[in-house]
Amino acid sequence: MAVAFDEMKGEDGSVRPAYRELSAWLGEIRPDVLDYRRREAELLFRRIGITFAVYGEADSQERLIPFDVIPRILSAAEWALLSRGLEQRVKAINAYIRDIYGKRESLRAGIVPEDLVYQNPVFRPEMNGQKVPHDIYVAIAGIDIVRVDDQTFYVLEDNARTPSGVSYMLENREIMLRLFPELFSRHRIAPVDNYPDELLATLQSIAPNSAAVEPSVVLLTPGVYNSAYYEHSFLADKLGIELVEGRDLFIKGEEVFMRTTQGPKRVDVIYRRLDDDFLDPLAFRPDSALGVPGLMSAYQAGNVTLANAVGTGVADDKAVYSYMPEIVKFFLGEEPILKNVPTWRCREEQHLAYVLDNIEKLVVKEVHGSGGYGMLIGPAADKAAIAVFKAKLKSAPANFIAQPTLALSTCPTCVDSGIAPRHVDLRPFVLTGRDRVRIVPGGLTRVAMKAGSLVVNSSQGGGTKDTWVLDG
Amino acid sequence: MQFGGAALNMLSRTADNLYWLARYVERAEYLARILEATQRLTALPLAYVGESNEWESAVATAGCAGAFYAVFSEANEENVTDFLAFSSDNPSSIRSCFEAARTNARAVRTALTMEMWDAINGTWLELRRYGNGPTSREELSRFLRWVQESSLRFDGCAYRTMLRNDAYWFTRLGVYLERADNTARILDVKYHMLLPAQEHVGGPLDYFQWAAILRSVSALTSYHWVYRESLRPWHVADLLILKEEMPRSLASCYENIVTNLDRIATAYGRQGPAQRLARGIRTRLQNSRMDDIFQRGLHEFIQSFIADNNRIGATITQQYLT
Repeated sequence: MAVAFDEMKGEDGSVRPAYRELSAWLGEIRPDVLDYRRREAELLFRRIGITFAVYGEADSQERLIPFDVIPRILSAAEWALLSRGLEQRVKAINAYIRDIYGKRESLRAGIVPEDLVYQNPVFRPEMNGQKVPHDIYVAIAGIDIVRVDDQTFYVLEDNARTPSGVSYMLENREIMLRLFPELFSRHRIAPVDNYPDELLATLQSIAPNSAAVEPSVVLLTPGVYNSAYYEHSFLADKLGIELVEGRDLFIKGEEVFMRTTQGPKRVDVIYRRLDDDFLDPLAFRPDSALGVPGLMSAYQAGNVTLANAVGTGVADDKAVYSYMPEIVKFFLGEEPILKNVPTWRCREEQHLAYVLDNIEKLVVKEVHGSGGYGMLIGPAADKAAIAVFKAKLKSAPANFIAQPTLALSTCPTCVDSGIAPRHVDLRPFVLTGRDRVRIVPGGLTRVAMKAGSLVVNSSQGGGTKDTWVLDG
Repeated sequence: MQFGGAALNMLSRTADNLYWLARYVERAEYLARILEATQRLTALPLAYVGESNEWESAVATAGCAGAFYAVFSEANEENVTDFLAFSSDNPSSIRSCFEAARTNARAVRTALTMEMWDAINGTWLELRRYGNGPTSREELSRFLRWVQESSLRFDGCAYRTMLRNDAYWFTRLGVYLERADNTARILDVKYHMLLPAQEHVGGPLDYFQWAAILRSVSALTSYHWVYRESLRPWHVADLLILKEEMPRSLASCYENIVTNLDRIATAYGRQGPAQRLARGIRTRLQNSRMDDIFQRGLHEFIQSFIADNNRIGATITQQYLT
């Protein structure tokens, strides 16, 4: 594995321009002051109640995600490139999903193998031939980006269902503004606090035509026990919309209503943070108590917008991922601006053979896994784990892809021993409305707090950083 | 667009959560007051308070005798303190109240101000520090003080930071319904202490009981300001039932319940059964005189009030919260 690219020190150890002020500041600030602010930040997070739940840990129903006070910085030029690439990628994703549930030209042209679509558990036959308002399937996308050198950004993963993390982007900035005003005064940093307005404008723009002039938008949450509940309530509050659970809604005459203290009130747009499976017990999982019986009938009648649409999973699983460059070319007739990480599809015989022979060097991922679960990091795995994964690969190769172990870029990070480089990734959020695409400059930077670790997922001990895009 | 005043729509579940959030916080404070008053009484020499088991009456006043005796056979300081303050098995213990309040708050965070959330979340975090309960009487006293302060803080945050719209009015309804219920329960358990005939058998024994009653509704000082004489049982009853200027009296609670229900009705443009029922109860309180109440039976009066108060709770739930 190559030496990781450090975003502050670059390839040759000289401080890169975007980090010049930060580097100087880190040289000036006393370690005890930094440490004090660090603890203050944790206290603030704890009081605000930004917590998340880790599945499988009974005793810690609510936990804090570690927050690192040293910001991650992108130059204006880097961001310009990224944002063009993100817009392009999400446009292609929307065109692709529309095609899959419509004319299927991409399948006929052999861009994506058919079985990858039809045998995919997240493919929703209910959506075949179904029109969605304004043809927008993915209104909110979270695209995970990693960097390997000065020039190269890769898309690591597309999240086209219910991506989370944007509340951390917003809260991290608020906390940084409170704790380090002097650091802000030394930079010009693009703001992120307009995100809720942009999100609301996006959601309102995709209301069905039958909606009121001022469409009624709600956020549908699985409830307080969901790991991202804090984010749901946070966003509903910032957007000024109702935070509803399934039991607050009901269907009458193929329209959606919410129960209010003044009787039923029609709902036009549902920003749902509930997976497809749980949306409607009559259409999907009958045991779901979280959804709204009959919701799909109102949706199919065109009386309500679901954001994101049902069935968008066909565009974001790890098997389809490897076809994204071709998908971009096919639908937009453009070269992809953002590269994919080179990917071996274990469903293909030659690729599988290569993966089995080189597994110690590769990262093997389950096609439907997420959150850093169900993956093997070859160089870090012991023999037993490798043997287990090899067996899995042989028995169900189509369930896996493999990628080289990337030397993810590092950023200076506060750790117990002082300031040290730690690996990071970036999740920017891309909003697609009827009128235009909106991307707030920045996103959520996740950082692997353990030395050498490449796993940045919060469920596995990863932390977050404020992400700065320099203005000019 | 929403321009101040009543929000255009509010989820029934949100209103329900706010209402119960306020009730739980109020109840926690009340339990702390009962425990504090009982502690004081039992610290007195027997000659001053008699043989009565004050811990037994604390359980009764808290309204959870059934649940208590399902677990314990005897009411003593240790059992009762544990059950009313710290037990997770008792859904109405101080701990359970704060837990439930915080769960409700979390479910409706968007309807709370930052200050309110901070108050209730801070309380909940702090509660963990007390673990399974204090190890000494001193610590228990500190804990009970802290509970009351937490409730005051939360209430103050609501009063000072919430928009005056339906969200606020539903929290107020929760506070006053709970408060009316609490005051009525004390009266229900201690009514025999307040009967006029008691005066003759009175003496230091009853004096401290009356003081304890007043203390548990934080009315001891008020009593002296209103009546300007030493404790008389009918005055105590008058203060807790009919005196509108006394914030925990039944009359004052109903004044507030009617006001808040009317605000909701005006904002929504519709009167309903809850409004009519509340006005009926208030009118009855306004037209009552202590003499008549004693004549017709203090106990009966209180029992029928508790039933009325429960009925209005159910009516509000039906009209707005489901």
